[in-house]
Amino acid sequence: MGPLIEVKDLVKIYGMGEVEVQALRGISLSIEQGEFVAIMGASGSGKSTFMNILGFLDRPTRGQYLLEGMSGERLSKDELAEIRNRKIGFIFQGFNLLSRTSTLENVELPLIYSHVPSSKRKEMAKRAVSAVGLEGREHHFPNQLSGGQQQRVAIARALVNEPAILLADEPTGNLDSKTSEEIMAIFQRLNRDLGITIIMVTHEADIASYARRRIHFKDGLVILDQKEGAPLKGRERIEA
Amino acid sequence: MTTLLASLWIALRALRVNKMRSALTMLGIIIGVAAVITMIAVGSGAKARIAEQIASMGSNLLIVLSGSATSGGMRFGTGTVPTLTVEDAKAILNEIPAVRYVAPNLSGVAQIVYGNQNWSTIVNGTFPEILEIREWRLASGRPFTQQDLDGAAKVCILGKTVAENLFGAIDPVGQIVRIKKIPFTVIGVLSPKGQSTWGQDQDDTIFVPLSTAQKKLFGTAFPGMVRTITVQAKGPEYVEEAERQITELLRQRHRIQPSQDNDFSVRNLTEVMSSAEQSAETMSYLLGAIASISLIVGGIGIMNIMLVSVTERTREIGIRMAVGAKSRDILLQFLIESLVLSTMGGTIGILLGMAGTFVLSALTQWPTLFSVKAILLAFLFSGCVGVFFGFYPARKAALLNPIEALRYE
Repeated sequence: MGPLIEVKDLVKIYGMGEVEVQALRGISLSIEQGEFVAIMGASGSGKSTFMNILGFLDRPTRGQYLLEGMSGERLSKDELAEIRNRKIGFIFQGFNLLSRTSTLENVELPLIYSHVPSSKRKEMAKRAVSAVGLEGREHHFPNQLSGGQQQRVAIARALVNEPAILLADEPTGNLDSKTSEEIMAIFQRLNRDLGITIIMVTHEADIASYARRRIHFKDGLVILDQKEGAPLKGRERIEA
Repeated sequence: MTTLLASLWIALRALRVNKMRSALTMLGIIIGVAAVITMIAVGSGAKARIAEQIASMGSNLLIVLSGSATSGGMRFGTGTVPTLTVEDAKAILNEIPAVRYVAPNLSGVAQIVYGNQNWSTIVNGTFPEILEIREWRLASGRPFTQQDLDGAAKVCILGKTVAENLFGAIDPVGQIVRIKKIPFTVIGVLSPKGQSTWGQDQDDTIFVPLSTAQKKLFGTAFPGMVRTITVQAKGPEYVEEAERQITELLRQRHRIQPSQDNDFSVRNLTEVMSSAEQSAETMSYLLGAIASISLIVGGIGIMNIMLVSVTERTREIGIRMAVGAKSRDILLQFLIESLVLSTMGGTIGILLGMAGTFVLSALTQWPTLFSVKAILLAFLFSGCVGVFFGFYPARKAALLNPIEALRYE
């Protein structure tokens, strides 16, 4: 079996009027099933663009992106939506929960679009909610939850459809350091215990250190690809 | 199916969140539908009233009017000179097979006196058949007979209004009234018929035998003549034939040369009435059309609010798309939202329209009529308004780019 994600010479050019912006200038890398990857870089380095392409929210201008050996190149907008629904879980910096909508209903959202019947939907959503340790908060609205709890709801939502990869874009950007650690602990547990592949964009080195592989972006290119045998800091913290 | 139910649920929740806004948006549709329902009810009521009046006139009627005499080059208007005779009426009955009944009529206004009460009304001298022709029943007493006619008996039948004004609570049958100072025995009282199409009280009348009217009441100026002959054809299909044959027969009897004008005229009452009915129908369509303009304005209100809602919820749309909503899921969500708005508004509008109609008809005494068809039509129309005006905003939402929608602040 090939790598989960394979990217070759990926180029993304945004045409802004007459000025062209090269967000990605030729990225080639592959990510295996079960990896926990941090993508680092300053703002404008192209890491968010890369994430959007990995998440089938955007298409590359040139180059190839294969997820499980499958290309999104020739797929329609609706087919991409279906891949997002089944294969990818998104976690955003700003949580992006639906307001005035309970925890459980937020988590159910992807299941609605994959046509899971209502009763099964509830059951799956409850399971995901307890996987992130939010039992008893099923019927709270986002504004009744702390930032960390909201991000956990978002993680549960990303997990509920049992996706192949979790894509997290600055997942701790809006959280204090203690809550950030909690969220990272959840990520590590999901990665280690359930074998979920996690790709996380961050600009904070200490957050990135929870991952087992760190890819550094600069000006649309990969400048450093660090792999470690095992996460050091993270494991120590969980065990402590 | 699951998605449809879920979309409905999502739409209902979105509307509940913005209660005030949803209510105000619906108000446009509510007013529009209520106006349509009320206007159609008033229109159909008017039409039904006219149809009822047509039935009360009697069916398949032709009226032959005398007149238009020419004297020394001067032409007089219709009815100025009675050119028709009782013999003409009898000839029409006997010689034209399409005719069922005839009732020649000589009428005039006279003062009726009973005791210390008096009343001025139209006295019709006619044949007993008039009651058959006009399908008019007696409330009490008996109709006059051929014997009464032959003997020029001084008997009369009172219309309801006359009976009430002269007698009050007393039973008029068997009493003596004086018409132009001549004593007449009341032999019957007619059942009420109400207003005619042109607002005349049909019950304000008296019937006497034609011979009596000719000899004792109005006969002096034109002996043997009648002003009108009411003719009933055997059926609706005979009316035109009868009209043609009567004209032919009377021209022949009156010895009118082919170059000369008729000295009588034949009116087809059914035609007159059906044109009145038609104009009432036209009016009801017109009222409905005007009311539907407000419904369309209500639809524009929905479109407006839906556009605002799409803009406001751009981020929500982005989230939904990110987790796997397809364009058609988003389209459906907003379309259902506007459909729910419009059909809920439609339902409330129907109820309000019915209540409004009830109040209107109680206040103005206008006849009103609900039809299931009109109600269903209004409901359907409001649904169509929802889909039509909701489509553009929903499409706008469905075509959003997920990345831009997610970044929207």
